[in-house]
Amino acid sequence: MHGLINRAIQCFVTDSYGPDKWADAARWAELGLVDFEAMLVYDDDLTHRAIDAMCHVLKRTRSDIMEDIGTYLVSHPNTEALRRLLRFGGVSFVEFLHSLDDLPDRARLAVSDLELPSLEVRDHSSMQFSLVCDSPIEGFGHVMMGILRTMADDYGVLAVLEHQGGGQGVETISISLVMTEFTEGRSFDLGARVE
Amino acid sequence: MTQTPDLTQVLSVLCPMHIVLNRTGHIVHAGPTAQKLHENDGLIGKRFLEVFILKRPRALESVDDLRKAAGMKLHLQMRAHPETELKGVLVPAPTGDQLIVNLSFGISVVDAVGDFSLNSSDFAPTDLTIEMLYLVEAKSAAMEASRKMNLRLQGAKIAAEEQAYTDTLTGLKNRRAMDHFLARYIDADQEFAVMQIDLDFFKAVNDTKGHAAGDHVLQVVSRIMVEETRETDTVARVGGDEFFILLPQTSSQKDLSGIGRRIIRKLEVPIMYHGEACKISASIGSAFYAPGCGLTAEQLVHNADTALYSSKKAGRARQTFYSPSHGSNVAQMPAPGRQTDGQPLPETGT
Repeated sequence: MHGLINRAIQCFVTDSYGPDKWADAARWAELGLVDFEAMLVYDDDLTHRAIDAMCHVLKRTRSDIMEDIGTYLVSHPNTEALRRLLRFGGVSFVEFLHSLDDLPDRARLAVSDLELPSLEVRDHSSMQFSLVCDSPIEGFGHVMMGILRTMADDYGVLAVLEHQGGGQGVETISISLVMTEFTEGRSFDLGARVE
Repeated sequence: MTQTPDLTQVLSVLCPMHIVLNRTGHIVHAGPTAQKLHENDGLIGKRFLEVFILKRPRALESVDDLRKAAGMKLHLQMRAHPETELKGVLVPAPTGDQLIVNLSFGISVVDAVGDFSLNSSDFAPTDLTIEMLYLVEAKSAAMEASRKMNLRLQGAKIAAEEQAYTDTLTGLKNRRAMDHFLARYIDADQEFAVMQIDLDFFKAVNDTKGHAAGDHVLQVVSRIMVEETRETDTVARVGGDEFFILLPQTSSQKDLSGIGRRIIRKLEVPIMYHGEACKISASIGSAFYAPGCGLTAEQLVHNADTALYSSKKAGRARQTFYSPSHGSNVAQMPAPGRQTDGQPLPETGT
């Protein structure tokens, strides 16, 4: 798994629960390292062990933690760059949803060896969608739940999400838009780059 | 023209940064994004060349000149602050004598989106600008991650260098390594010997023949010490011209005398550097560690140091074995089979 993914897991624990908790998790998982380097690629097994250790150390269920990671990725000040990159996907939440199909390819444009889980958005009506995630990381669908929930807020959209389960690495989320202009949302200024 | 949209409506969708000029070169229409370039007093009615400087092709002063530049790539700059650079292309309108100029920010788009508060809807859906901005940000984020990693690696490299156990000039072990081995030997509580060696007259070589000659001498000296000791011994350079040799399983003063004598004899053979002879010698202070003697590393080094001082005082170029009568209050257990007359035992070289 790419270092950026592993690093995201590490930063989530460090920023939300403190560096000691992460050190505990790294020890429990017997990672043999404390810091993941964002620009290196690690064995997949390390990622699985890191996630298991995180659940153990934080004493929470995998789905809860995975959703929190998703929320963290698009709402924490330290990950503002990522929120901005996702907002480039579209001017409306629906456009953003459609842009998820291209997300793995977009990511590869920036970091050529970064392989993100593949995502497929299906339209059932103008207000009803589903997102199919195909990932080697069990529970990745819950990460997307966190991301979608937060991005809906970001766009000012009221959406109801439901994780419909899955198997063999494929997880499906149903997305129902209740109001597309529920609040004003957060602003997205093209020119305001993250320093 | 009743149902179908007119040309400017078409252009506003396809190229929202277009400007339409009339026969006299005045702006009569501007696309929605082009209008944002001059939000304060608007573009309409102004002469095109009053708003924009044509940087290339040069020396186009009139509308007729502009007309001749049709189809060419235009390099433009806004006269007003923030003097944004623009790319453009001009074509005569299909009907009438109007001119249509389509503009683009080119590479200055990164600043322009901030300067003119542009958003995604200011660009045509087919325009790659948003993708380019995305890439600029994504690449910057990736570069930042790489840069941080490089800084960390750089820090780790410096730390590793500091922790390295090798003296880079001579390839011998350094003081850190020596301390490490010494502590290990004392922990093991087995017999061993230490020789502290100071070069004599080395400073004179450095002062009169230069540091390069000095470095050469140190390298030759190091080679001699390694040659004259066993593979299991540790030879370390612990200061400018100070060396330490740890000799495990050594308790015989006779053996150590032989090693010291040979080292001194070999060191005294003039070392040639660029045709010049560098003459040095060495003073040695030796001490033994015997199992159960209870000496600490510090005490043992102090003993060797005391003996070395005796060598220097007795006229250099010799080896002295530590004995408690050196006036030190540090106790030393006699090594098995060792002569203990309580006197320094000078071993003159040659």
